[in-house]
Amino acid sequence: MKKLIIAGKEFTSRLFIGTGKYSSNKIMAQSIEASATEMVTVALRRVDIQNPQDNMLAAIDRKKYLLLPNTSGARNADEALRLARLARAATDINWLKLEVTPDPYYLLPDPIETLKAAEILVKEGFVVLPYINADPVLAKKLQDIGTATVMPLAAPIGSNQGLKTKAAIEIIIAQATIPVVVDAGLGMPSHAAEAMEMGADAVLINTAIATANDPIKMAEAFKKAVQAGREAFEAGSASVKNHADASSPLTGFLRD
Amino acid sequence: MNIQQAIYNDAGYSPDRLNALISPEAQNHLEPMAKRARQITRQRFGNTIQLYAPLYVSNFCVNNCPYCAFNCKSKLPRTRLTIEDACKEADILAAEGFRHILIVSGEDKNFITVPYLAELSKKLRENFSSISIEIYPASTEDYQKLFAAGIDSIALYQETYDRADFARFHTSGPKSDYDWRLDTLSRAGQAGFRSLGLGFLIGLSDWQAQTLAMAEHADILMKKYWQARVSFSFPRMRPAENVDEKLFRYMITDTQLVQMMLALRLCFPDAEIVMSTRESQTFRDNMAKICVTRMSAGSKTNPGGYAEKEQSLQQFEVADDRTPAQVAAMLNSIGLEPVWKDWDKAFNK
Repeated sequence: MKKLIIAGKEFTSRLFIGTGKYSSNKIMAQSIEASATEMVTVALRRVDIQNPQDNMLAAIDRKKYLLLPNTSGARNADEALRLARLARAATDINWLKLEVTPDPYYLLPDPIETLKAAEILVKEGFVVLPYINADPVLAKKLQDIGTATVMPLAAPIGSNQGLKTKAAIEIIIAQATIPVVVDAGLGMPSHAAEAMEMGADAVLINTAIATANDPIKMAEAFKKAVQAGREAFEAGSASVKNHADASSPLTGFLRD
Repeated sequence: MNIQQAIYNDAGYSPDRLNALISPEAQNHLEPMAKRARQITRQRFGNTIQLYAPLYVSNFCVNNCPYCAFNCKSKLPRTRLTIEDACKEADILAAEGFRHILIVSGEDKNFITVPYLAELSKKLRENFSSISIEIYPASTEDYQKLFAAGIDSIALYQETYDRADFARFHTSGPKSDYDWRLDTLSRAGQAGFRSLGLGFLIGLSDWQAQTLAMAEHADILMKKYWQARVSFSFPRMRPAENVDEKLFRYMITDTQLVQMMLALRLCFPDAEIVMSTRESQTFRDNMAKICVTRMSAGSKTNPGGYAEKEQSLQQFEVADDRTPAQVAAMLNSIGLEPVWKDWDKAFNK
């Protein structure tokens, strides 16, 4: 399996993990371990980022996992910027999952405020991984201003609906020069495999693992699915045919 | 809509659906409703419960609500906390682990002024990541000032949506203005508040009609103030020695309260469902497993109650007197993570 490179950093695993919704920090830590991920995202609103004793932060081994703070809850660019700057000032982390989600129900990303915030954060030296709608034009604009990835959603966050935005994500993948990470809405390992088979560079999973009956087992299932999907993509799939090939070719008469 | 459709269709609100779920017939379907409610709650909110504590700052009040211990005719001793005393109370809560705090007061505008709340909020910001208020209704302009000072959430209960009942229970004082009260959450929404808390005092009017009215109110708020999250609380009158049962003809059973909470969860999958210590330990622990998303713990409902040993006048008697640590341990034991912090002061300037 080819290594994934984001902003010059190599990743063996193409599965990123979110940390919300777990029944305990212990189960979260075991699920992270079982997923074999190397990147774990944490909502800044949920933790006391300045405090290494914070229960959730203490459960994540920073030597094994890149900690990716996110701005979940920010309603506009200003709030996201404030949160990001405070987090960086308090830690040594300059990676950021940019989330600007003004509506608290579907948590859909605001394209205008996200672009605005991304532009400023990139200039300030952050490695920016923006959460976006599956909008190919926005993806190109973010790539142009220098974000490290784009993270289009498959379906509304937490919905477990699978690849509802497939057609648009295919375009984003086809056009991207930066890694495309499918984020939000993937509910089953088969969804993750499908995204990877399409050529997504990675996927991010939270709800589907955290709220499974056995999160640890589900984390392992996602690990396998992401690997299988990626290997299938690298292997190059045989094309799908919905018709039989005629045994006598129509152009068989040509002799020159 | 029949009961089966109401339970199993995709979660979401329509008056028809809510009506089916609160019908007497639906009471025979509480178990499947509870299973569905739990599934929706876990998917949307995960295996977590957010914890908060109330900070009572004054039990002076100009209103005469017969159901409230703070009513102006009551001869009981009154307390107002200075900012300094309020901060002492808050320090105790912060030491217990709380990062979400709810400032509560009677309608005491002469003392609990906007500058008082703004100054208190600025001090509380040092230790708390989210500050809510449950005080008298204020103007949009005042809410803007409070929001700017760091207060991000509000709860304000209509008490009853029935105009005749409302008039009967609120005969004098500023609270007698039904419409001013009804529009309060809209004014807070205009001012940018992040969480709008609804409720009615269960016992004043027929619960089914009230639930339908509150749901309509929530639906309008969600559509208009789409950047704010709606929450539901369920304060209910309980039979007690000093409660005149002739006055409160609509007190409800545990079963009816559960039905109401489940019906609202199925209609509003993303709304916060809040449970105070007004309810018993058994009721709270069981509802935490099903659809509650936010709980108070270790509450004192009298100003100064956390620091004082001697207890002054309480707004209501706390039915669950466990410490915050005990409530957190209970949540752990039923497979839920107690969340102390789920907001950040960086969100408010």
